[in-house]
Amino acid sequence: MLIKQLSVFVENKQGRLSAITDILRESGIDIRALSLADTRDFGILRLIVNDVDKAYSALKSGECLVSLTDVIAVSIEDKPGGLTEAMDLLTQADISVEYMYAFISKSAGSASVILRVDDNKKAVEVLSAKFKLLTQAEIAV
Amino acid sequence: MGNYYNKAMECATLYEMEALQSFRLSQTVRRVYEKVPFYRDRMIANGVSPDDIKNVNDLHKLPFVMKQDLRDTYPYGLFAAPLDEVVRLHASSGTTGKQIVVGYTRNDLEIWDECAARALTAAGGDKTDFMHVSYGYGLFTGGLGIHGGAEKIGMTVIPVSTGNTARQINIIKDFGSTLICCTPSYAMFIAETMRDMGISKDDIKLKAGLFGAEPWTQEMRHTLEEMLGLKAYDIYGLTEIIGPGVAFECEEQTGMHICEDHFIPEIIDPDTGEVLPLGEQGELVFTCITKEAFPLLRYRTRDIAVLSREKCSCGRTLIKMLKPKGRTDDMLIIRGVNVFPSQIETALLSVAGSQPFYHIEVDRINNNDSLEIQVEVSEAMFSDTIKSMEDVENAIKRAVESVIGISAKITMCGPKTLKRFEGKASHVTDKRKLLD
Repeated sequence: MLIKQLSVFVENKQGRLSAITDILRESGIDIRALSLADTRDFGILRLIVNDVDKAYSALKSGECLVSLTDVIAVSIEDKPGGLTEAMDLLTQADISVEYMYAFISKSAGSASVILRVDDNKKAVEVLSAKFKLLTQAEIAV
Repeated sequence: MGNYYNKAMECATLYEMEALQSFRLSQTVRRVYEKVPFYRDRMIANGVSPDDIKNVNDLHKLPFVMKQDLRDTYPYGLFAAPLDEVVRLHASSGTTGKQIVVGYTRNDLEIWDECAARALTAAGGDKTDFMHVSYGYGLFTGGLGIHGGAEKIGMTVIPVSTGNTARQINIIKDFGSTLICCTPSYAMFIAETMRDMGISKDDIKLKAGLFGAEPWTQEMRHTLEEMLGLKAYDIYGLTEIIGPGVAFECEEQTGMHICEDHFIPEIIDPDTGEVLPLGEQGELVFTCITKEAFPLLRYRTRDIAVLSREKCSCGRTLIKMLKPKGRTDDMLIIRGVNVFPSQIETALLSVAGSQPFYHIEVDRINNNDSLEIQVEVSEAMFSDTIKSMEDVENAIKRAVESVIGISAKITMCGPKTLKRFEGKASHVTDKRKLLD
């Protein structure tokens, strides 16, 4: 079970991030989670939003360089050691994590982790045995 | 074998050509000596008289004319025909200094039209074509030059000029333009806008494009051919000599045939002024042998080229010039190494997914020259991981380094953040000039 993440190129210039968030606000997009990876010259903004298609076309027509990436959203119990268990499963299955970021869900007691791995199929297989994977619709709520 | 506009001239034997050149040269030298004090004074100062110039082999005896001479004699000091015979003026943009003005008699315009017509014919054009002229009209020679050649052939000319790119594309589509001319950078802008408008190359009828007025690369040619679905031809010209049509590509595309029955080319060593043998690279020099109003003798173009008389499969015997890498004016000296912007374009476009949207910035930091190349990230280059983005950056860095031999800093820029050009592109900012 995979969900779509928006990946947006962010030039390292003052005002670029706010230009992007402005576009999302204008089209009434709700951001569920985000992470920003940065180098000296540029960054990549990764977003999980409530309406992927709408956000994608809004960013596209706003002259942003944007792409869709398949990621896994795992619901993890919000307690010490919750994440380790998931990581262990991936390590045992020899799956590498390219990047990840987490956010606290609105439903009490759980956290969501967004995972970008090198083998989605295998990761879904091993994780879904122990964890609940979130659908696009569940994320959108 | 292709089509020719003027077979007798385009396929003349070397013997015929040199006889014609010699006759025309001696006549022209005599005329400017009598009519233009500048030439007379220069020739006297160099101890040359019109009697010394009997044939093409005597050409080297004449002094050079430099761009500065055109400025010093501004506006009409070099005109060799009475001003009431002059029916048109054009001027250079003056980007490298004070502008210069040139004039044409009715006969000069005929010559120009013919040269442009030869270029259009060599690109596969005939009277059934719809010629979309996206070169600027006005003092710039591009627009009216191609316009004249196309009308002479009897094409349907669409004089769009530059600007309003979306409208240009609708015209290309609706009017059924089959040929287009503009600068290669503007062609790229048109191609990009077309893509944004959702119009594909299959929706338009362009079959060939004549792109000139700035140096461009083979890689740029492939990109334009792919995006616009046409065959891209190079065309060369300069205001001082006549405008577009001084030289043009045939279907073989291994250099541009020079209309040498009107303009005799030479290659010289830019430092010593010595004439170099065929095949050697140097500065291109032209002598006009048929023009009435503005016949420059041994004009130093500052363009770098190689001449070749190798047999061409198109059947033309006109001497060929290999595409100038650029003007000596455009050459950058970075850490003591000569670098042409066109080399950087070649390197950049050799990397998969890259586009010809870039800007070169040269600076001097702590007494060291620095070279930065700003590159627009294309969809094909973009990825959600830093690692793959850095792989692309490094691929460009390596490609540039292997072509020019010095390292550059590559800066990734967002889409459409770098300037687009409707006329001549300007890809370089040399901040060192501000420091000197």
